[in-house]
Amino acid sequence: MEKPLINLVDISKSYDGSIVLDQLNLKIYENQFVTLLGPSGCGKTTTLRIIGGFETPDEGKVIFDEQDITHVPPHKRALNTVFQKYALFTHMNIGENIAFGLKIKGKSKSYIQDKIKYALKLVNLEGFEKRMPDSLSGGQQQRIAIARAIVNEPKVLLLDEPLGALDLKLRQDMQYELIRLKNELGITFIYVTHDQEEALTMSDNIVVMNQGYIQQMGTPEKIYNEPENAFVADFIGESNIIDAIMIQDRLVQILGAKFPCVDEGFGTNRPVDVVIRPEDVDLLKPGEGTLDGVVSHMIFKGVHYEMEVMAGGFEWLVHSTDMFPVGTKVSIHVDPFDIQIMNKPESEDEEAVGVNE
Amino acid sequence: MSKTKRLLAGPYLLWMIAFIIIPLVMIAIYGFTDKTGAFTWENVIAMVRPEHLKALWLSLKLAFLCTLVCLLLAYPLALILKAGGVKKGSFVVMIFILPMWMNFLLRTYAWLNLLDDGGILCTLLENLGIARFSIVGTNTAIVLGMVYNFLPFMVLPLYNVMCKIDDNVINAAKDLGANGFQVFWRVILPLSFPGIVSGITMVFVPSMTTFVISDLLGARKIMLIGNIIEQEFSTAANWNLGSGLSMVLMIFILISMAALNHYDKTGEGTSF
Repeated sequence: MEKPLINLVDISKSYDGSIVLDQLNLKIYENQFVTLLGPSGCGKTTTLRIIGGFETPDEGKVIFDEQDITHVPPHKRALNTVFQKYALFTHMNIGENIAFGLKIKGKSKSYIQDKIKYALKLVNLEGFEKRMPDSLSGGQQQRIAIARAIVNEPKVLLLDEPLGALDLKLRQDMQYELIRLKNELGITFIYVTHDQEEALTMSDNIVVMNQGYIQQMGTPEKIYNEPENAFVADFIGESNIIDAIMIQDRLVQILGAKFPCVDEGFGTNRPVDVVIRPEDVDLLKPGEGTLDGVVSHMIFKGVHYEMEVMAGGFEWLVHSTDMFPVGTKVSIHVDPFDIQIMNKPESEDEEAVGVNE
Repeated sequence: MSKTKRLLAGPYLLWMIAFIIIPLVMIAIYGFTDKTGAFTWENVIAMVRPEHLKALWLSLKLAFLCTLVCLLLAYPLALILKAGGVKKGSFVVMIFILPMWMNFLLRTYAWLNLLDDGGILCTLLENLGIARFSIVGTNTAIVLGMVYNFLPFMVLPLYNVMCKIDDNVINAAKDLGANGFQVFWRVILPLSFPGIVSGITMVFVPSMTTFVISDLLGARKIMLIGNIIEQEFSTAANWNLGSGLSMVLMIFILISMAALNHYDKTGEGTSF
């Protein structure tokens, strides 16, 4: 098995008695784009700050490249951070900003000049050396912040919601930019965001966090298609989360109707949660599907129609390119592989711990 | 719309004309005339008289010393306050500003009481068997009084500018490999420069021109340029000479402040 580049071992951290991280374990491998995703207060930024050295964990160890760096101050760590609001040095021009880390390391003038040129080219801002940070737009400032970090050739780049302050269009452009940068540099990116779409677009691996625990780790596809619990299903995209009973392997009873599925090993007659994505719900003519219902709401969303279908006492969220006006009698069909079965949490606590073991 | 706006500036404009422009013009008129009302350079040139030059030089020295002491006291304080968080910081800053709520003269009289022969400090030292002495009438006493009175003017701009420095900018410097001293020297110090400039301005100018503090704590023995000008107006009743010297002093201060502001590249300084 490949050795992890960063290994967080049993990290705990609390502020004023409230626990932010509880026994967190996380391995991050080389050359990956890893996203820490979760709502505010879930501990994702604290995790990043612990890796960067701006916070010290109350318990646990930070292993970087097989060395314990838990108590190594930030200026001695071989990683660099891109901060949320750029944090450029406003008293220096762009060239001086980018040169900051290299000057401190005592690199030669010609080396620094080459590096500035290279970095500005990499972020598509050639010829900006003499400009002052204040004269740049938000997107440009963020690119400079990235350039300032990567000239130091870190093994890992930490990004703390770097696109949070940008508008939607710019954010989408920067997402592609970041993927390109990561591929060109061939280093590990650890990215913190609360935006699930951003996480799905850019990441090789997503770590979904909530209340200081890791809820699920995996590729974007896996997180989206096979959420391990209701929190993940709900946080990543829209979904129908319904109480159900696993009758036997490959057969689940949802709202009284029996749906064939592909999951096995849950036992017989066991209460479970099922997740069905709105775009996976097919609407057929009455009687042709598994569960009959009536369309109760409909909105046009551009790409698709968003409908709510009252069926079996549950309001199903349905996305479809076909229009079914309000009042239409329909029948719901779901392909077996589109039904995701999850164990019911026994308590709120267990729900949170669940995947952390 | 613009007409209404201009009207709103009216009261201030009136104030400025009545209490700034007209007095300045009057000082200029007095300064460039003799007692008969004839034009003369005498009052302005009078600054180069040895006793005036000596007072100007002493004022400059004491003002410089006072500004330096204020800076050395206030800068570390502002750094500590920033590190301690804004909430705690504001409270400490309030304590520093609290004396300003009392009358300037009263405060200076209080210092006289503390330092005078037979005053609290003197009695304390005597009872401890150390010595009986008073520093009233010395330059030290004057600088002490000036530092006490003007320190808040140094603390406030420094604290403000320090609070404005984003923690993440400091973190970014650390992140890029800067140790504690490098963070201070390359980031905090240059970013706090506007605060230093306005702090220096706000302390240097009043200490350069003070006459009340030097009068009281200098026991009328030490003549600063402020005292000389004041005496021309009061005891000597020579308004022409007083005005002439005032003008020279004003221009002197203007030039030194302009020189100082020249270094404030960012233009964030709130001096003047």
